[in-house]
Amino acid sequence: MTRKSRRLALIAACGAVLALALGLILSAMSGSIVFFRSPTEVASQVVTPGTRFRLGGLVKDGSLQRGPDQTVDFSVTDTNATVQVQYRGLLPDLFREGQGVVAEGTLQPGGVFRADTVLAKHDESYMPREVADALKAQGRWQEGKGMTVAPASQASESKASEAQPAPAADKTLGQRSER
Amino acid sequence: MLIEVGHFALALALALSLVQAVMPVWAARSGDGALRAVATPAALGAFACILFSFGALTYAHATSDFSVLNVIENSHTTKPFIYKLSGVWGNHEGSMLLWVLILALFGALVAVARDSVPPTLRANTLAVQGLITFVFVLFIITTSNPFTRVNPAPAEGNDLNPLLQDFGLAVHPPLLYIGYVGFSITFAFAIAALIDGRIDAVWARAVRPWTLTAWSFLTLGIALGSYWAYYELGWGGWWFRDPVENASLMPWLAGTALLHSTVVMEKRDALKVWTVLLAILTFSLSLLGTFIVRSGVLTSVHTFATDPTRGVFILAILILFIGGSFTLFAWRAPMLRQGGIFAPISREGALVMNNLFLAAACATVFVGTLYPLLLEMLTAEKISVGPPFFNYTFIPLAIPLLLIVPFGQTLAWKRGDVHAATQRLFAALAVALVVGLAVLALTWGGPMMAPVGIGLGAYLVVGSVMEIVSRARGYGASRTRGAAAIWRRTVGLPRSAWGTALAHAGVGVVVLGIAAQGWATEGLKTLKPGESLASGPYVATLDRVGPRAGENYAETTAFLTVRNAGGDFVGTVETGKRFYPSRKMTVTESGLLTIGASQVYASLGEVLPEGAIGLRLYYKPLVLLIWLGAVVMALGGAVSLTDRRMRVGAPARARPKSLPSDMAAAE
Repeated sequence: MTRKSRRLALIAACGAVLALALGLILSAMSGSIVFFRSPTEVASQVVTPGTRFRLGGLVKDGSLQRGPDQTVDFSVTDTNATVQVQYRGLLPDLFREGQGVVAEGTLQPGGVFRADTVLAKHDESYMPREVADALKAQGRWQEGKGMTVAPASQASESKASEAQPAPAADKTLGQRSER
Repeated sequence: MLIEVGHFALALALALSLVQAVMPVWAARSGDGALRAVATPAALGAFACILFSFGALTYAHATSDFSVLNVIENSHTTKPFIYKLSGVWGNHEGSMLLWVLILALFGALVAVARDSVPPTLRANTLAVQGLITFVFVLFIITTSNPFTRVNPAPAEGNDLNPLLQDFGLAVHPPLLYIGYVGFSITFAFAIAALIDGRIDAVWARAVRPWTLTAWSFLTLGIALGSYWAYYELGWGGWWFRDPVENASLMPWLAGTALLHSTVVMEKRDALKVWTVLLAILTFSLSLLGTFIVRSGVLTSVHTFATDPTRGVFILAILILFIGGSFTLFAWRAPMLRQGGIFAPISREGALVMNNLFLAAACATVFVGTLYPLLLEMLTAEKISVGPPFFNYTFIPLAIPLLLIVPFGQTLAWKRGDVHAATQRLFAALAVALVVGLAVLALTWGGPMMAPVGIGLGAYLVVGSVMEIVSRARGYGASRTRGAAAIWRRTVGLPRSAWGTALAHAGVGVVVLGIAAQGWATEGLKTLKPGESLASGPYVATLDRVGPRAGENYAETTAFLTVRNAGGDFVGTVETGKRFYPSRKMTVTESGLLTIGASQVYASLGEVLPEGAIGLRLYYKPLVLLIWLGAVVMALGGAVSLTDRRMRVGAPARARPKSLPSDMAAAE
């Protein structure tokens, strides 16, 4: 093999692997990313039933109901709109009524959200960022102050206003529950 | 008082690291050898100061000194002593202090290492290391001071997050940081070489032990973190593909590529510019990881409340080092003398393919991790990139890479022979095919990828064993059949050959473990005492639910007996809900029953008033292989490190082909 053809072989190999990686990324991007939606967006029919997405908001007070065989029903609200959620599995330890939650799953034709993953907060003074943003959009959340009105305000307000930097090790593990 | 001295020591370390950063560069301009030599005591002094500072904080945590804000926020008098110690780095400030402690430790090690590094290269390396230390100590002092006092001191602290009160916290961050930060040395060497405008095999030999050390620790750190997540989070996953985990995977992939490219550079004097680029990339990805974890810009299962000003500071550090080093690279790299180009079918050709696939895999992880951030900045649309993306992009790149591994080991330098290599790998290929097909037949109707993975894992393990066997037997004319000669050759094989074989076999073991998860099963049920739940070949029966007291928590425990399908007793499992009164927080403690390399994993759900519980029961076949394989890989790195060629301080052998001393002694 001449020097020139060796160089050509090297460049061809680089190009092939890069093209493969790029192709994989592009085709995966179109199929496997999941959008975040607030209950208001769901109510305004942005989401087509059957698409996977993440629903974030607060667990509505008094909405949690346990059914047989480890099924649970609860509602997620951003104080403007509310979405009914169905889930089968163990809920994370920090799942509470009036607290932030992110659920991943699909919207059923009847408007019920069927979740296969439920994520809650990771420690007592933390609100999932998307949830905080969604509530900010509703004017219900202020940076550093937490919830301004409504659900479980005493709990979240006192927690957030203490403004402690929460413990965070490099690999501190959050709460997660998944089916 | 000690706290103030600790704080002062940190300020002193800031000054010393500045001296360490500036003096060698100044000396290079003035040509003053004495001035250049200042870098060594400065590096040692900075390390001593940071060590003292870290000791002061540890003492405050150990004695529960609640006049220190950091201790108040993360400790409690009832917290077990070991968690008081590990709690030092179980928070942002303390973990950053650990970060710079390891940084300064590596600086001090470079300063005292008795290797054959030319003095200018060493001084420049120390200068770069000094600059990194300076910037990070400045970060701690200005935004994350762990020594802030509180007056009046409260009587009790807020306690450490119960999720962190685990042995995992004691060992995972230090190991991971040694890995992350260890790559700062290869980065410093790369920048020093760019400043010098000269790079050669001596450079590669100097860098290799540091790369091996950092890589081995990073491998262990990632594996421990994965096992910790597996048992702590209660849903039995061993990898989330979460931003923070990706953050540690990216430097590992780049570091693995670096490890292999330095071999090519050392042996063949090629791939110089690429190796320098990889060294810069690897540490840049470590810094990026630190940024992702510390700033909380990406939503992660690991995210806790964070302070935005810190994120801005770390972003500035990131821009300084990554931007600065790439600018320097663009300016100086063309001056580095290019090495030769070589045949595609050769050891170095295979190593280039290894680098290509690792870099491409690293790039897909990078895109998947940062794309959500970019999209949100540009369009305000929030997305999450989950496991499907990473499975879809990473696995197709990993499979060809793994197929090349045994070939790369077998091919000769300069010009390899695919036909001969295939013949030598015949056993591995045959075993892989037979094992894969047998598993496929036995599990027909199950997941299709799992038998493929098992075959691939077997191929890697057998391929590594065959490499050692064929080297012991010898090739061609020197091939022998005498047991004594084979024994002598086996013992006389260089340690790096053993290390390579071990590390590659370790990869195979990991692949076996991952593939076997295709057959993992789970059961979910509401159980009353006496009732059973099956998962895989095992059945768990709830014996009773009762309270159990811990040192600083109260636990409601479910006691279960595990039997096999035939009804024979296998073992017991206990899983509970721990309530920590100090934080009013409940944490699920999963129960594990290890059967060989497999595990039965129980996770407790809601405890209902009538004594019934929600239970999730997983059967995880061969799951321990995932982490054991990683340990074997790290062990391979350690064995390589003891190779004569690699030993820091060992002079380069005059005749590279001479017999190793132990072999000469045996004859």
